[in-house]
Amino acid sequence: MADLGTTTPGGYLLVLAILLPLAGIILSFIPGGRSAERVALWSTPFGFALASAIAVDVGRAGKPVVYAIGGLPPPLGIALRADGIAAVMLIAAAVIVTAAALYARAKFATPEGVRESRSSLTFWIMLQAIWAALTIIFVGGDLFNLYVALELLTFAAVPLVCIDGRAETLAAALRYLLFALLGSICYLLGVALFYGAHGTLDMPLLAQRVQATPVVWTAAALMTAGLLAKTALFPVHLWLPPAHANAPAAASAVLSGLVVKGSFFLTLRLWFYVLPALPADRIAAVLGWLGSAAVIAGSILALRQARLKLLIAYSTVAQIGYLFLIFPLAAGSQPWSAIGWSAGLMQVLAHAFAKAAMFFSAGLLAEALGHDQIARLGGAARVLPLTFLTIALGGLSLMGLPPSGGFSAKWLMLQASIASGQWLWSLPILAGSLLAAGYVYRILAPALSDSQVSLELPPKRSHEAIALALTIVAIALGFAPQTFFDFLEIGRPVPAGLP
Amino acid sequence: MSLLAFLDILLALLVVAVAVWTIVARDLFAAVVGYVAYGLLLAFVWIRLYAPDVALTEAAVGGGVTGVLLITAGKRLGALKNVAPEAQPGFAFRLLAGALAALVAGAIGAAILMLPEQPPSLAPEAAAAASTAGAGLGNPITAVLMSYRSFDTMLEKIVLILAVVGVWSVGSDKAWGGAPAPFRQSKPYAPMVFLAQMLAPIGVLIGIHMFWTGANAPGGAFQGGALLAAMWMVIMMARLVEPPRVDAQWLRLALVAGPAVFLISGIAGEVAAGSFFAYPPSLAKPIILLIEAFMLLSIAAALPMLVAGPPNEGPG
Amino acid sequence: MTPSVLAGLVGAALVGLGLYGLILHPHPLRKLLAFNLIGSGVFLVFGIVARRGAAVGFRFDPVPQAMVITGIVVAFAASALAVALILRLSAETSRVTLDPEAWTRRNGEDAE
Repeated sequence: MADLGTTTPGGYLLVLAILLPLAGIILSFIPGGRSAERVALWSTPFGFALASAIAVDVGRAGKPVVYAIGGLPPPLGIALRADGIAAVMLIAAAVIVTAAALYARAKFATPEGVRESRSSLTFWIMLQAIWAALTIIFVGGDLFNLYVALELLTFAAVPLVCIDGRAETLAAALRYLLFALLGSICYLLGVALFYGAHGTLDMPLLAQRVQATPVVWTAAALMTAGLLAKTALFPVHLWLPPAHANAPAAASAVLSGLVVKGSFFLTLRLWFYVLPALPADRIAAVLGWLGSAAVIAGSILALRQARLKLLIAYSTVAQIGYLFLIFPLAAGSQPWSAIGWSAGLMQVLAHAFAKAAMFFSAGLLAEALGHDQIARLGGAARVLPLTFLTIALGGLSLMGLPPSGGFSAKWLMLQASIASGQWLWSLPILAGSLLAAGYVYRILAPALSDSQVSLELPPKRSHEAIALALTIVAIALGFAPQTFFDFLEIGRPVPAGLP
Repeated sequence: MSLLAFLDILLALLVVAVAVWTIVARDLFAAVVGYVAYGLLLAFVWIRLYAPDVALTEAAVGGGVTGVLLITAGKRLGALKNVAPEAQPGFAFRLLAGALAALVAGAIGAAILMLPEQPPSLAPEAAAAASTAGAGLGNPITAVLMSYRSFDTMLEKIVLILAVVGVWSVGSDKAWGGAPAPFRQSKPYAPMVFLAQMLAPIGVLIGIHMFWTGANAPGGAFQGGALLAAMWMVIMMARLVEPPRVDAQWLRLALVAGPAVFLISGIAGEVAAGSFFAYPPSLAKPIILLIEAFMLLSIAAALPMLVAGPPNEGPG
Repeated sequence: MTPSVLAGLVGAALVGLGLYGLILHPHPLRKLLAFNLIGSGVFLVFGIVARRGAAVGFRFDPVPQAMVITGIVVAFAASALAVALILRLSAETSRVTLDPEAWTRRNGEDAE
């Protein structure tokens, strides 16, 4: 068993990756004004470089990169760890945050003649804060540290939802905040019970000490409930559609693409890294069923939406449901568990890129046509060809059609479900794809028709390019080689001898 | 049953009773007053749990500043005296909510009763590290906050800044750069002014003292900072000074000083002590006190700004 | 019954009470108050963990107590953010509700 408490040579990269956006927040706040935008934009290539360096280091070492902060190892100190999935998520976050930053330059640049504007300062600081919080979530190794990171994420995401100041967005932001806070406090209560039972909050140490006692089950249930509320899993998904649909496009892309994945990532960490010693078949099944319900309910609700952004937001609710199929499909140490693991991570990545691209496209559409009513999209594909190409390719991934990351994910899920004898899960997977085809068709069919529509404003080429680039990444994920899936396995704890 | 056990049970019942009052009180003002009283009673519970640092923080921040926040909010909403104009929930709904609450409380209570009698704890490790990583600090909680788990504390200061920016962002575009609305709309009230002039200097001195002694006795930057924040709020309530403009450079620097100094010392730790957020052994205590001093400043600046709210347009 | 067990049960009761108030009260400020009650109950659970976890010779475990101090400040910041949103919402509209659809439905058609 690798010693996960001592610093490895590349460990300092983890701290740098966290400190970069944190320093950015401070440097943006003091001078304010245009400096906020400059600091944020200039930090993106460095953040991407750090994420890549971490991935290279993990790949070369073949085991997690570790850093004990202050030189003090757990349980007294706090450790940071980057394994395969963390490294991949860091890169995905860097790319999507960079894309959102570039996309948002047009709307959130400080206007001429004004030294500092409210929406500009808020956006650039919150974007960097989301990036910092996500970095800590991906590499954090201590449960209380992760609580503070979750709070940071919430405080950064909520003001982005209501940044335009309208009543609907304020109400949506308030609801989001209350759901998120309730989730955090449930999580914190679980943390208290874990510490009370085992005297440590470091994930590998806790995994060694944990036993299937009622206290541990209660703590696990509380933490999971809190994280599910933050991930908007059906039936606690109510806050997500209004929040994501009414935020500005760049914010929605980051919210749907990355922010909800943060709490999902922690749920993964909890069940696969801290609690593999627990006989969790029933819990895994419950999560799988909730996920399936989310897939079906979210897709059906998406079909009924009149506004494009709301449709995309409900699609997020549905696609999040797929994520939770990882729990029954990747449990244990069977050969199919690795397939299920790869499937879940591939779904996270494919959805992140495809959904971000869809929200960028929806933003483009809304600006160019002046509205985002699906009923009035007739003939729009002729005036906005690149945008609809992006939507089509993104829809390909959401539907799970080849070649795309989404197809790869769903195909792997089907493989895992059949190989593990849990073929029942294939039903919601296939049904979800069918329904997704339905709502993608709803968007594309009128757009490709012969009606005439006029543009209010010509679309920005740079925006179209950004959206297209992200959706191409989502497609390219479908061609991921086996080494990619082997990389995802680095650092994944495999319980010995448990079915 | 000994006197102490009897008093403990009395205290517990009182805390629960005041909490019930907070929930069932008809109007917001009564509920908030109940909550402040509850915070003070809770401080006693914390003292019985041998946690004077937490008692200080709970009384100051949890009870005091939160109470000011909620009363100020209620006043601005004009909702202090309102009796929930929305329809009161029906009896069936109350029953359901009560059942759910009882279930949750019961589950947590059961889990607490089942916690191991002699659980593993980090107290021995903390004591063992006190002279090395703990910088010889006499107060082990300060050692945890500023050394062992300093990363958490640094993150939390960033969270405070985020909250301030978030609160400011809710204002209108036109008002950006201006100052938040004054704490009181009416003319300065003479007894309030007198109280502020008498209390503020004493409070500031006590706050700084609490921060300074926090190295070896209960106290620290959080508790001292909360007291300093309260004094600034008292002065603003007396309208001796008005809330500052949000684009004031000194305010921005004050807010950011704590996390900035923390970050710089964390980075310097890699160079000077071999690991990020480590301290060179001979200089550990002075560096910690320096960081805490700036944290004191940031907390004292951030808490009142969080209560003051977003920039406000127009006079009052 | 040791003080820590008593305090722990009080904490559990507070969480239940706060949850009741959170579900029941329609006004967001009352919900916020109830939420703070839940928070202080959770912190009490940390507190008893700190007290019980004191190995022989120590009066308390400093690590959970430090976590509570951090948590109290974070909880206050959250309350402040929620209050700011509530005040702004009431300034923009005539009543404060958590339902985002209340505005679009009232306008009769979907807002942009």
